Amino acid sequence: MNTGSFSDWSGAMFDLGPLYPFVGWETEMVIVLTIFWIGWHVVQIRGEHRQREEEARRLREGDNLQRAMQAERTPERM
Amino acid sequence: MDNDITALQVLFTETYYWLTIVIMFLIHVGFCTYEVGVSRRKNHLATLLKNTMVIPVVGVTFYLFGWWLYSAMVNGPGITGGVVAAPFAEPWNELMATHMGGTPHGTDITPADTALWARLNGVFWGAFLLFSWTTASIVSGSIIERIRSGAFWLIAVMVGSVTWIIDASWGWHPSGWMVQLLGYHDAYASGVVHAIAGGTALAVIINLGPRIGKFRPDGTPRNIQPQNPWLVCIGLFLIYTGFWGFYAACNIPLYDVQPGDGVFWSATNIYLQPTTLSAITFNFIMSLCGGLMAGYIVSKGDAFWTYSGGLAGVIACSAGNDLYHPIQALLIAAIIVVVIYKLHFWVERRFKIDDAVGAVAVHGYAGFLGVCAAGFVLWGYPSSPDALLGHAEPWARVTPWGQLAGAIIMFWVLGFIPGYALSWLLKKFGMLRIPREVELAGLDFTTHAGVTRDDEEIKSAALQEARAAMRPAK
Repeated sequence: MNTGSFSDWSGAMFDLGPLYPFVGWETEMVIVLTIFWIGWHVVQIRGEHRQREEEARRLREGDNLQRAMQAERTPERM
Repeated sequence: MDNDITALQVLFTETYYWLTIVIMFLIHVGFCTYEVGVSRRKNHLATLLKNTMVIPVVGVTFYLFGWWLYSAMVNGPGITGGVVAAPFAEPWNELMATHMGGTPHGTDITPADTALWARLNGVFWGAFLLFSWTTASIVSGSIIERIRSGAFWLIAVMVGSVTWIIDASWGWHPSGWMVQLLGYHDAYASGVVHAIAGGTALAVIINLGPRIGKFRPDGTPRNIQPQNPWLVCIGLFLIYTGFWGFYAACNIPLYDVQPGDGVFWSATNIYLQPTTLSAITFNFIMSLCGGLMAGYIVSKGDAFWTYSGGLAGVIACSAGNDLYHPIQALLIAAIIVVVIYKLHFWVERRFKIDDAVGAVAVHGYAGFLGVCAAGFVLWGYPSSPDALLGHAEPWARVTPWGQLAGAIIMFWVLGFIPGYALSWLLKKFGMLRIPREVELAGLDFTTHAGVTRDDEEIKSAALQEARAAMRPAK
Protein backbone atom coordinates (compact mmCIF):
# COMPACT_ATOMS: atom_id res chain seq x y z
CA MET A 1 0.00 0.00 0.00
CA ASN A 2 1.38 3.38 -0.94
CA THR A 3 -0.85 6.47 -0.86
CA GLY A 4 1.89 8.73 -2.25
CA SER A 5 3.30 9.10 -5.73
CA PHE A 6 6.87 8.19 -4.67
CA SER A 7 8.36 5.56 -2.40
CA ASP A 8 11.73 6.99 -1.32
CA TRP A 9 13.86 10.14 -1.48
CA SER A 10 16.68 8.59 -3.49
CA GLY A 11 15.55 9.63 -7.00
CA ALA A 12 16.41 12.84 -8.82
CA MET A 13 14.95 15.82 -6.97
CA PHE A 14 14.06 17.47 -10.28
CA ASP A 15 11.53 14.69 -10.85
CA LEU A 16 9.72 15.19 -7.56
CA GLY A 17 6.35 16.90 -8.03
CA PRO A 18 3.35 16.60 -5.70
CA LEU A 19 4.21 15.26 -2.25
CA TYR A 20 0.71 14.82 -0.85
CA PRO A 21 -1.13 11.50 -0.77
CA PHE A 22 -3.90 10.57 -3.22
CA VAL A 23 -2.63 12.57 -6.19
CA GLY A 24 -5.36 12.68 -8.84
CA TRP A 25 -8.20 13.12 -6.30
CA GLU A 26 -7.90 16.92 -6.11
CA THR A 27 -11.27 17.70 -7.72
CA GLU A 28 -13.10 15.36 -5.37
CA MET A 29 -11.35 16.99 -2.39
CA VAL A 30 -12.41 20.44 -3.63
CA ILE A 31 -16.03 19.23 -3.91
CA VAL A 32 -15.88 17.95 -0.33
CA LEU A 33 -14.44 21.27 0.87
CA THR A 34 -17.15 23.24 -0.96
CA ILE A 35 -19.91 21.13 0.59
CA PHE A 36 -18.26 21.49 4.01
CA TRP A 37 -18.02 25.28 3.61
CA ILE A 38 -21.62 25.83 2.46
CA GLY A 39 -22.94 23.30 4.96
CA TRP A 40 -21.14 25.08 7.77
CA HIS A 41 -22.85 28.38 6.94
CA VAL A 42 -26.27 26.71 6.72
CA VAL A 43 -25.86 24.94 10.07
CA GLN A 44 -24.42 28.06 11.72
CA ILE A 45 -27.13 30.44 10.48
CA ARG A 46 -29.94 28.08 11.46
CA GLY A 47 -28.41 27.47 14.89
CA GLU A 48 -27.85 31.13 15.58
CA HIS A 49 -31.38 32.00 14.46
CA ARG A 50 -32.86 29.36 16.78
CA GLN A 51 -30.73 30.50 19.71
CA ARG A 52 -31.48 34.21 19.32
CA GLU A 53 -35.23 33.67 18.88
CA GLU A 54 -35.33 31.47 21.97
CA GLU A 55 -33.41 34.07 23.97
CA ALA A 56 -35.76 36.81 22.79
CA ARG A 57 -38.78 34.71 23.77
CA ARG A 58 -37.38 34.10 27.28
CA LEU A 59 -36.52 37.75 27.70
CA ARG A 60 -40.05 38.83 26.75
CA GLU A 61 -41.54 36.77 29.59
CA GLY A 62 -42.39 38.68 32.80
CA ASP A 63 -39.68 41.05 33.94
CA ASN A 64 -36.82 38.86 32.66
CA LEU A 65 -35.47 41.54 30.37
CA GLN A 66 -35.35 44.11 33.12
CA ARG A 67 -33.58 41.68 35.46
CA ALA A 68 -31.11 40.64 32.76
CA MET A 69 -30.27 44.26 32.11
CA GLN A 70 -29.88 45.12 35.79
CA ALA A 71 -27.32 42.40 36.34
CA GLU A 72 -25.73 40.68 33.40
CA ARG A 73 -25.42 37.41 35.30
CA THR A 74 -28.95 36.91 36.60
CA PRO A 75 -30.82 35.04 33.88
CA GLU A 76 -30.53 31.65 35.62
CA ARG A 77 -33.05 32.93 38.17
CA MET A 78 -35.74 33.16 35.51
CA MET B 1 16.07 25.75 -9.18
CA ASP B 2 18.90 24.76 -11.43
CA ASN B 3 21.45 27.42 -10.47
CA ASP B 4 22.60 29.16 -7.29
CA ILE B 5 21.16 32.59 -8.08
CA THR B 6 17.69 31.27 -8.93
CA ALA B 7 17.71 29.03 -5.86
CA LEU B 8 18.76 31.92 -3.63
CA GLN B 9 16.13 34.22 -5.09
CA VAL B 10 13.30 31.69 -4.73
CA LEU B 11 14.24 30.46 -1.26
CA PHE B 12 14.82 33.99 0.03
CA THR B 13 11.48 35.14 -1.38
CA GLU B 14 9.71 32.13 0.14
CA THR B 15 11.23 32.78 3.57
CA TYR B 16 10.56 36.52 3.33
CA TYR B 17 6.84 36.11 2.65
CA TRP B 18 6.50 33.40 5.26
CA LEU B 19 7.88 35.83 7.85
CA THR B 20 5.57 38.64 6.73
CA ILE B 21 2.60 36.31 7.26
CA VAL B 22 3.67 35.64 10.84
CA ILE B 23 4.07 39.37 11.54
CA MET B 24 0.78 40.20 9.82
CA PHE B 25 -1.04 37.72 12.05
CA LEU B 26 -0.63 40.37 14.75
CA ILE B 27 -3.04 42.58 12.81
CA HIS B 28 -5.81 40.08 13.40
CA VAL B 29 -4.85 39.64 17.06
CA GLY B 30 -4.91 43.43 17.34
CA PHE B 31 -8.31 43.80 15.69
CA CYS B 32 -9.81 41.15 18.00
CA THR B 33 -8.29 42.74 21.09
CA TYR B 34 -9.34 46.21 20.00
CA GLU B 35 -12.95 45.21 19.27
CA VAL B 36 -13.33 43.46 22.60
CA GLY B 37 -11.92 46.55 24.32
CA VAL B 38 -14.49 48.77 22.63
CA SER B 39 -17.48 46.46 23.18
CA ARG B 40 -19.49 46.40 26.39
CA ARG B 41 -18.97 43.51 28.82
CA LYS B 42 -22.27 41.89 27.92
CA ASN B 43 -21.04 41.47 24.32
CA HIS B 44 -17.36 40.51 24.81
CA LEU B 45 -17.44 36.83 23.83
CA ALA B 46 -19.69 37.24 20.80
CA THR B 47 -17.56 40.16 19.62
CA LEU B 48 -14.35 38.15 19.96
CA LEU B 49 -15.79 35.10 18.21
CA LYS B 50 -17.27 37.17 15.38
CA ASN B 51 -13.87 38.43 14.32
CA THR B 52 -11.95 35.24 15.13
CA MET B 53 -14.14 33.21 12.77
CA VAL B 54 -13.12 35.48 9.91
CA ILE B 55 -9.97 33.33 9.86
CA PRO B 56 -11.68 30.10 8.74
CA VAL B 57 -14.54 31.48 6.66
CA VAL B 58 -12.31 33.75 4.60
CA GLY B 59 -9.45 31.22 4.70
CA VAL B 60 -11.53 28.46 3.11
CA THR B 61 -13.13 30.69 0.47
CA PHE B 62 -9.84 32.36 -0.39
CA TYR B 63 -8.50 28.88 -1.06
CA LEU B 64 -11.54 27.94 -3.17
CA PHE B 65 -11.78 31.04 -5.35
CA GLY B 66 -10.19 34.21 -3.87
CA TRP B 67 -6.64 33.49 -4.94
CA TRP B 68 -7.73 32.53 -8.44
CA LEU B 69 -9.68 35.81 -8.82
CA TYR B 70 -6.51 37.83 -8.27
CA SER B 71 -4.74 36.44 -11.31
CA ALA B 72 -7.81 35.86 -13.48
CA MET B 73 -9.56 39.27 -13.27
CA VAL B 74 -6.73 41.62 -14.27
CA ASN B 75 -8.48 42.63 -17.51
CA GLY B 76 -11.84 43.27 -15.83
CA PRO B 77 -12.71 40.99 -17.67
CA GLY B 78 -14.01 42.84 -20.70
CA ILE B 79 -12.00 46.06 -20.33
CA THR B 80 -8.51 45.21 -21.55
CA GLY B 81 -9.14 41.56 -22.40
CA GLY B 82 -10.77 38.37 -21.17
CA VAL B 83 -10.34 36.11 -18.15
CA VAL B 84 -6.66 35.26 -17.71
CA ALA B 85 -5.76 31.60 -17.27
CA ALA B 86 -4.26 30.96 -13.83
CA PRO B 87 -4.09 27.17 -13.41
CA PHE B 88 -1.62 27.43 -10.51
CA ALA B 89 -4.33 29.21 -8.45
CA GLU B 90 -7.19 26.81 -9.17
CA PRO B 91 -8.04 24.91 -5.97
CA TRP B 92 -7.86 21.51 -7.70
CA ASN B 93 -4.39 22.22 -9.11
CA GLU B 94 -1.44 20.32 -7.70
CA LEU B 95 0.38 23.63 -7.12
CA MET B 96 -2.24 24.56 -4.51
CA ALA B 97 -0.68 21.90 -2.27
CA THR B 98 2.61 20.39 -1.07
CA HIS B 99 4.89 20.29 -4.09
CA MET B 100 8.64 20.03 -4.73
CA GLY B 101 8.57 21.84 -8.07
CA GLY B 102 9.57 18.93 -10.25
CA THR B 103 7.72 17.11 -13.00
CA PRO B 104 4.03 18.06 -12.97
CA HIS B 105 1.50 15.30 -12.53
CA GLY B 106 -1.25 17.03 -14.53
CA THR B 107 -1.22 18.30 -18.08
CA ASP B 108 -2.52 21.83 -17.44
CA ILE B 109 0.81 23.10 -16.09
CA THR B 110 4.36 22.98 -17.37
CA PRO B 111 7.65 22.19 -15.64
CA ALA B 112 8.35 25.94 -15.75
CA ASP B 113 5.10 26.54 -13.79
CA THR B 114 6.00 24.04 -11.12
CA ALA B 115 9.58 25.32 -10.84
CA LEU B 116 8.31 28.87 -10.24
CA TRP B 117 5.21 28.31 -8.14
CA ALA B 118 5.92 25.26 -5.97
CA ARG B 119 7.67 27.31 -3.30
CA LEU B 120 5.93 30.65 -3.84
CA ASN B 121 2.26 29.78 -4.32
CA GLY B 122 1.53 28.98 -0.68
CA VAL B 123 3.33 31.99 0.77
CA PHE B 124 1.82 34.40 -1.81
CA TRP B 125 -1.62 32.91 -1.11
CA GLY B 126 -0.99 33.27 2.62
CA ALA B 127 0.15 36.88 2.38
CA PHE B 128 -2.88 37.84 0.31
CA LEU B 129 -5.12 35.92 2.68
CA LEU B 130 -3.81 38.01 5.56
CA PHE B 131 -4.78 41.14 3.59
CA SER B 132 -8.21 39.54 3.16
CA TRP B 133 -8.63 39.01 6.90
CA THR B 134 -7.66 42.63 7.47
CA THR B 135 -10.29 43.82 5.00
CA ALA B 136 -13.02 41.77 6.68
CA SER B 137 -11.81 42.75 10.16
CA ILE B 138 -12.12 46.44 9.34
CA VAL B 139 -15.82 45.91 8.58
CA SER B 140 -16.20 43.77 11.71
CA GLY B 141 -15.29 46.57 14.13
CA SER B 142 -17.78 49.11 12.92
CA ILE B 143 -20.85 46.86 13.28
CA ILE B 144 -20.30 45.35 16.73
CA GLU B 145 -22.98 44.71 19.36
CA ARG B 146 -26.00 44.36 17.07
CA ILE B 147 -25.22 42.26 13.97
CA ARG B 148 -25.91 38.53 13.70
CA SER B 149 -22.58 36.70 13.44
CA GLY B 150 -23.85 34.56 10.54
CA ALA B 151 -24.72 37.67 8.55
CA PHE B 152 -21.31 39.18 9.19
CA TRP B 153 -19.54 36.00 8.09
CA LEU B 154 -21.34 36.10 4.75
CA ILE B 155 -20.32 39.75 4.37
CA ALA B 156 -16.75 38.73 5.34
CA VAL B 157 -16.69 36.14 2.55
CA MET B 158 -17.89 38.77 0.08
CA VAL B 159 -15.38 41.45 1.02
CA GLY B 160 -12.50 39.12 1.96
CA SER B 161 -12.67 36.62 -0.87
CA VAL B 162 -14.44 38.43 -3.71
CA THR B 163 -14.64 42.22 -3.86
CA TRP B 164 -11.30 43.23 -2.38
CA ILE B 165 -9.36 40.66 -4.37
CA ILE B 166 -11.05 41.80 -7.59
CA ASP B 167 -10.00 45.38 -6.81
CA ALA B 168 -6.48 44.10 -6.12
CA SER B 169 -6.51 42.36 -9.47
CA TRP B 170 -7.60 45.59 -11.16
CA GLY B 171 -5.40 48.10 -9.37
CA TRP B 172 -2.77 46.20 -7.40
CA HIS B 173 -1.32 43.86 -9.99
CA PRO B 174 1.49 44.59 -12.47
CA SER B 175 -0.99 43.96 -15.32
CA GLY B 176 -4.20 45.35 -13.80
CA TRP B 177 -6.43 47.35 -16.16
CA MET B 178 -6.60 50.28 -13.72
CA VAL B 179 -2.81 50.49 -13.71
CA GLN B 180 -2.75 50.28 -17.48
CA LEU B 181 -5.53 52.76 -18.32
CA LEU B 182 -5.85 55.03 -15.26
CA GLY B 183 -2.23 55.06 -14.12
CA TYR B 184 -3.54 53.90 -10.74
CA HIS B 185 -0.83 53.80 -8.06
CA ASP B 186 -1.57 52.40 -4.60
CA ALA B 187 1.63 50.74 -3.43
CA TYR B 188 0.60 49.87 0.17
CA ALA B 189 -3.14 49.59 -0.36
CA SER B 190 -4.76 52.85 0.81
CA GLY B 191 -7.55 52.11 -1.62
CA VAL B 192 -7.41 48.41 -2.40
CA VAL B 193 -7.64 47.33 1.24
CA HIS B 194 -8.75 50.30 3.34
CA ALA B 195 -11.09 52.34 1.12
CA ILE B 196 -13.01 49.27 -0.03
CA ALA B 197 -13.39 48.01 3.54
CA GLY B 198 -14.53 51.46 4.70
CA GLY B 199 -17.06 51.69 1.86
CA THR B 200 -18.43 48.23 2.70
CA ALA B 201 -18.62 49.09 6.41
CA LEU B 202 -20.56 52.28 5.68
CA ALA B 203 -23.08 50.38 3.54
CA VAL B 204 -23.63 47.70 6.16
CA ILE B 205 -24.01 50.25 8.96
CA ILE B 206 -26.73 52.07 7.01
CA ASN B 207 -28.82 48.90 6.67
CA LEU B 208 -27.99 47.73 10.19
CA GLY B 209 -28.87 50.94 12.02
CA PRO B 210 -27.33 52.35 15.20
CA ARG B 211 -26.97 50.57 18.53
CA ILE B 212 -29.89 51.11 20.91
CA GLY B 213 -29.23 54.28 22.88
CA LYS B 214 -26.61 55.69 20.55
CA PHE B 215 -28.78 58.67 19.61
CA ARG B 216 -30.93 60.82 21.88
CA PRO B 217 -34.58 61.44 20.95
CA ASP B 218 -33.54 64.79 19.43
CA GLY B 219 -31.06 62.94 17.18
CA THR B 220 -27.83 64.08 18.82
CA PRO B 221 -25.29 61.27 19.35
CA ARG B 222 -24.23 59.87 22.72
CA ASN B 223 -20.62 58.80 23.11
CA ILE B 224 -20.46 55.09 23.96
CA GLN B 225 -16.94 55.03 25.40
CA PRO B 226 -14.59 52.08 24.83
CA GLN B 227 -15.15 49.79 27.83
CA ASN B 228 -11.49 48.84 28.31
CA PRO B 229 -9.11 51.55 27.10
CA TRP B 230 -6.04 49.44 27.93
CA LEU B 231 -7.21 46.60 25.70
CA VAL B 232 -7.94 49.12 22.95
CA CYS B 233 -4.42 50.53 23.34
CA ILE B 234 -2.79 47.09 23.18
CA GLY B 235 -4.96 46.16 20.20
CA LEU B 236 -3.95 49.23 18.25
CA PHE B 237 -0.27 48.74 19.08
CA LEU B 238 -0.57 45.18 17.79
CA ILE B 239 -2.17 46.49 14.59
CA TYR B 240 0.71 48.99 14.18
CA THR B 241 3.19 46.12 14.66
CA GLY B 242 1.42 43.86 12.20
CA PHE B 243 1.27 46.75 9.75
CA TRP B 244 5.08 46.47 9.37
CA GLY B 245 4.57 42.98 8.03
CA PHE B 246 1.78 44.27 5.81
CA TYR B 247 4.12 46.83 4.26
CA ALA B 248 6.87 44.25 3.78
CA ALA B 249 4.40 41.82 2.20
CA CYS B 250 3.45 44.46 -0.37
CA ASN B 251 7.03 44.34 -1.66
CA ILE B 252 8.82 41.72 -3.70
CA PRO B 253 12.13 41.40 -1.87
CA LEU B 254 14.58 40.41 -4.61
CA TYR B 255 14.03 41.11 -8.29
CA ASP B 256 16.20 42.00 -11.28
CA VAL B 257 14.84 45.44 -12.17
CA GLN B 258 17.30 46.26 -14.95
CA PRO B 259 15.57 46.38 -18.35
CA GLY B 260 17.63 44.99 -21.24
CA ASP B 261 21.16 43.83 -20.60
CA GLY B 262 22.72 43.81 -17.17
CA VAL B 263 21.46 42.87 -13.74
CA PHE B 264 20.34 45.11 -10.87
CA TRP B 265 18.83 43.39 -7.86
CA SER B 266 16.36 45.40 -5.81
CA ALA B 267 13.18 45.15 -3.82
CA THR B 268 10.13 46.23 -5.79
CA ASN B 269 6.61 47.28 -4.97
CA ILE B 270 3.64 45.18 -6.09
CA TYR B 271 3.85 46.71 -9.59
CA LEU B 272 7.50 45.53 -9.95
CA GLN B 273 8.73 49.13 -9.68
CA PRO B 274 12.01 49.44 -7.76
CA THR B 275 11.85 50.56 -4.15
CA THR B 276 13.70 49.79 -0.93
CA LEU B 277 12.78 48.58 2.53
CA SER B 278 14.65 51.62 3.77
CA ALA B 279 12.24 53.92 1.91
CA ILE B 280 9.16 52.37 3.44
CA THR B 281 10.74 52.40 6.88
CA PHE B 282 11.27 56.16 6.64
CA ASN B 283 7.79 56.76 5.38
CA PHE B 284 5.91 54.32 7.58
CA ILE B 285 7.35 55.88 10.71
CA MET B 286 6.96 59.47 9.58
CA SER B 287 3.34 58.95 8.50
CA LEU B 288 2.65 57.28 11.84
CA CYS B 289 4.22 60.30 13.58
CA GLY B 290 2.14 62.75 11.54
CA GLY B 291 -1.05 60.84 12.22
CA LEU B 292 -0.43 60.54 15.96
CA MET B 293 0.47 64.23 16.35
CA ALA B 294 -2.52 65.44 14.34
CA GLY B 295 -4.85 62.95 16.05
CA TYR B 296 -3.73 64.20 19.46
CA ILE B 297 -4.26 67.86 18.63
CA VAL B 298 -7.55 67.56 16.73
CA SER B 299 -9.12 65.28 19.35
CA LYS B 300 -7.75 67.40 22.22
CA GLY B 301 -5.74 64.50 23.61
CA ASP B 302 -8.45 61.83 23.34
CA ALA B 303 -6.52 58.53 23.60
CA PHE B 304 -8.83 56.57 21.30
CA TRP B 305 -8.62 59.11 18.49
CA THR B 306 -4.89 59.70 18.99
CA TYR B 307 -4.20 56.01 18.40
CA SER B 308 -6.70 55.88 15.55
CA GLY B 309 -5.03 58.99 14.11
CA GLY B 310 -1.71 57.14 13.99
CA LEU B 311 -3.30 54.29 12.07
CA ALA B 312 -5.18 56.64 9.75
CA GLY B 313 -1.93 58.54 9.12
CA VAL B 314 -0.20 55.43 7.82
CA ILE B 315 -3.25 54.47 5.74
CA ALA B 316 -3.44 57.97 4.27
CA CYS B 317 0.12 57.74 2.96
CA SER B 318 0.14 54.11 1.93
CA ALA B 319 -0.73 54.78 -1.72
CA GLY B 320 2.55 56.60 -2.28
CA ASN B 321 4.82 55.56 0.58
CA ASP B 322 7.16 53.79 -1.85
CA LEU B 323 8.06 57.15 -3.37
CA TYR B 324 7.22 60.00 -0.96
CA HIS B 325 9.80 61.99 0.95
CA PRO B 326 9.34 61.27 4.69
CA ILE B 327 8.36 64.89 5.40
CA GLN B 328 5.75 64.76 2.64
CA ALA B 329 4.43 61.57 4.24
CA LEU B 330 4.20 63.25 7.64
CA LEU B 331 2.34 66.27 6.25
CA ILE B 332 -0.10 64.23 4.16
CA ALA B 333 -0.84 62.04 7.19
CA ALA B 334 -1.42 65.01 9.48
CA ILE B 335 -3.73 66.86 7.08
CA ILE B 336 -5.82 63.81 6.23
CA VAL B 337 -6.18 62.79 9.88
CA VAL B 338 -7.65 66.22 10.72
CA VAL B 339 -10.08 65.93 7.78
CA ILE B 340 -11.24 62.38 8.58
CA TYR B 341 -11.74 63.20 12.28
CA LYS B 342 -14.03 66.13 11.39
CA LEU B 343 -15.76 64.07 8.71
CA HIS B 344 -16.46 61.21 11.12
CA PHE B 345 -18.39 63.40 13.57
CA TRP B 346 -20.13 65.36 10.81
CA VAL B 347 -21.40 62.16 9.16
CA GLU B 348 -22.42 60.75 12.56
CA ARG B 349 -24.52 63.83 13.39
CA ARG B 350 -25.88 64.45 9.90
CA PHE B 351 -26.80 60.88 8.86
CA LYS B 352 -27.13 59.15 12.29
CA ILE B 353 -24.38 56.69 11.41
CA ASP B 354 -23.16 54.59 14.35
CA ASP B 355 -19.66 53.42 13.48
CA ALA B 356 -18.56 51.87 16.78
CA VAL B 357 -14.81 52.06 16.14
CA GLY B 358 -14.58 54.85 13.57
CA ALA B 359 -13.55 52.34 10.89
CA VAL B 360 -15.27 54.15 8.05
CA ALA B 361 -13.24 57.26 8.84
CA VAL B 362 -9.91 55.66 9.77
CA HIS B 363 -9.88 53.21 6.87
CA GLY B 364 -12.47 54.40 4.37
CA TYR B 365 -12.07 58.18 4.28
CA ALA B 366 -8.31 58.06 4.99
CA GLY B 367 -7.81 55.43 2.27
CA PHE B 368 -9.92 57.36 -0.24
CA LEU B 369 -8.18 60.67 0.44
CA GLY B 370 -4.77 58.97 0.50
CA VAL B 371 -5.31 57.61 -3.01
CA CYS B 372 -6.37 61.09 -4.19
CA ALA B 373 -3.39 62.77 -2.49
CA ALA B 374 -0.99 60.46 -4.34
CA GLY B 375 -2.51 61.69 -7.62
CA PHE B 376 -1.30 65.22 -6.92
CA VAL B 377 2.02 64.47 -5.19
CA LEU B 378 3.07 61.77 -7.68
CA TRP B 379 1.57 63.48 -10.75
CA GLY B 380 3.36 62.26 -13.90
CA TYR B 381 5.11 59.28 -12.29
CA PRO B 382 5.02 56.03 -14.30
CA SER B 383 2.44 53.56 -13.04
CA SER B 384 4.38 50.63 -14.42
CA PRO B 385 8.02 49.69 -15.27
CA ASP B 386 7.18 49.70 -18.99
CA ALA B 387 10.60 48.79 -20.36
CA LEU B 388 11.11 45.99 -17.86
CA LEU B 389 7.73 44.46 -18.69
CA GLY B 390 8.18 45.04 -22.42
CA HIS B 391 5.10 47.21 -23.05
CA ALA B 392 4.89 48.38 -26.65
CA GLU B 393 3.44 51.72 -25.49
CA PRO B 394 4.03 53.22 -22.02
CA TRP B 395 1.04 52.77 -19.74
CA ALA B 396 -0.88 55.72 -18.27
CA ARG B 397 0.95 58.01 -15.86
CA VAL B 398 -0.21 58.84 -12.33
CA THR B 399 -2.69 61.73 -12.42
CA PRO B 400 -5.15 63.30 -9.95
CA TRP B 401 -8.13 62.25 -12.12
CA GLY B 402 -6.85 58.68 -12.55
CA GLN B 403 -6.41 58.39 -8.78
CA LEU B 404 -9.83 59.97 -8.09
CA ALA B 405 -11.46 57.47 -10.47
CA GLY B 406 -9.55 54.69 -8.71
CA ALA B 407 -10.65 55.88 -5.26
CA ILE B 408 -14.29 55.98 -6.40
CA ILE B 409 -14.01 52.44 -7.80
CA MET B 410 -12.52 51.22 -4.51
CA PHE B 411 -14.80 52.97 -2.01
CA TRP B 412 -18.10 53.17 -3.90
CA VAL B 413 -18.16 50.69 -6.79
CA LEU B 414 -16.50 47.67 -5.14
CA GLY B 415 -16.96 48.72 -1.49
CA PHE B 416 -20.27 50.44 -0.92
CA ILE B 417 -22.52 49.00 -3.64
CA PRO B 418 -21.93 45.26 -3.04
CA GLY B 419 -21.93 45.86 0.73
CA TYR B 420 -25.24 47.67 0.53
CA ALA B 421 -26.81 45.04 -1.74
CA LEU B 422 -25.83 42.08 0.44
CA SER B 423 -26.73 43.71 3.76
CA TRP B 424 -30.06 44.92 2.29
CA LEU B 425 -30.83 41.35 1.22
CA LEU B 426 -29.93 39.98 4.64
CA LYS B 427 -32.13 42.63 6.25
CA LYS B 428 -35.05 41.70 3.98
CA PHE B 429 -34.84 38.10 5.20
CA GLY B 430 -34.53 39.14 8.86
CA MET B 431 -30.98 37.80 9.03
CA LEU B 432 -29.01 41.00 9.65
CA ARG B 433 -29.77 42.27 13.13
CA ILE B 434 -30.24 40.41 16.40
CA PRO B 435 -33.62 40.69 18.20
CA ARG B 436 -34.06 43.88 20.21
CA GLU B 437 -34.39 42.05 23.55
CA VAL B 438 -31.12 40.18 23.00
CA GLU B 439 -29.32 43.40 22.10
CA LEU B 440 -30.53 44.94 25.35
CA ALA B 441 -29.60 41.92 27.48
CA GLY B 442 -26.32 41.37 25.64
CA LEU B 443 -25.09 38.95 23.00
CA ASP B 444 -23.43 36.79 25.67
CA PHE B 445 -26.73 36.34 27.50
CA THR B 446 -26.94 32.54 27.16
CA THR B 447 -23.23 31.99 27.80
CA HIS B 448 -23.37 34.09 30.96
CA ALA B 449 -26.48 32.25 32.10
CA GLY B 450 -24.73 28.90 31.66
CA VAL B 451 -21.57 30.08 33.41
CA THR B 452 -23.56 31.49 36.33
CA ARG B 453 -25.60 28.29 36.68
CA ASP B 454 -22.42 26.17 36.67
CA ASP B 455 -20.75 28.51 39.18
CA GLU B 456 -23.73 28.19 41.53
CA GLU B 457 -23.77 24.40 41.22
CA ILE B 458 -20.02 24.16 41.85
CA LYS B 459 -20.38 26.40 44.92
CA SER B 460 -23.25 24.28 46.19
CA ALA B 461 -21.33 21.03 45.64
CA ALA B 462 -18.27 22.47 47.40
CA LEU B 463 -20.43 23.51 50.37
CA GLN B 464 -21.86 20.02 50.68
CA GLU B 465 -18.34 18.57 50.65
CA ALA B 466 -17.24 21.04 53.32
CA ARG B 467 -20.22 20.12 55.56
CA ALA B 468 -19.46 16.42 55.10
CA ALA B 469 -15.80 16.97 56.00
CA MET B 470 -16.76 18.88 59.19
CA ARG B 471 -19.19 16.16 60.36
CA PRO B 472 -17.63 14.20 63.29
CA ALA B 473 -16.55 10.70 62.37
CA LYS B 474 -18.75 7.95 63.87
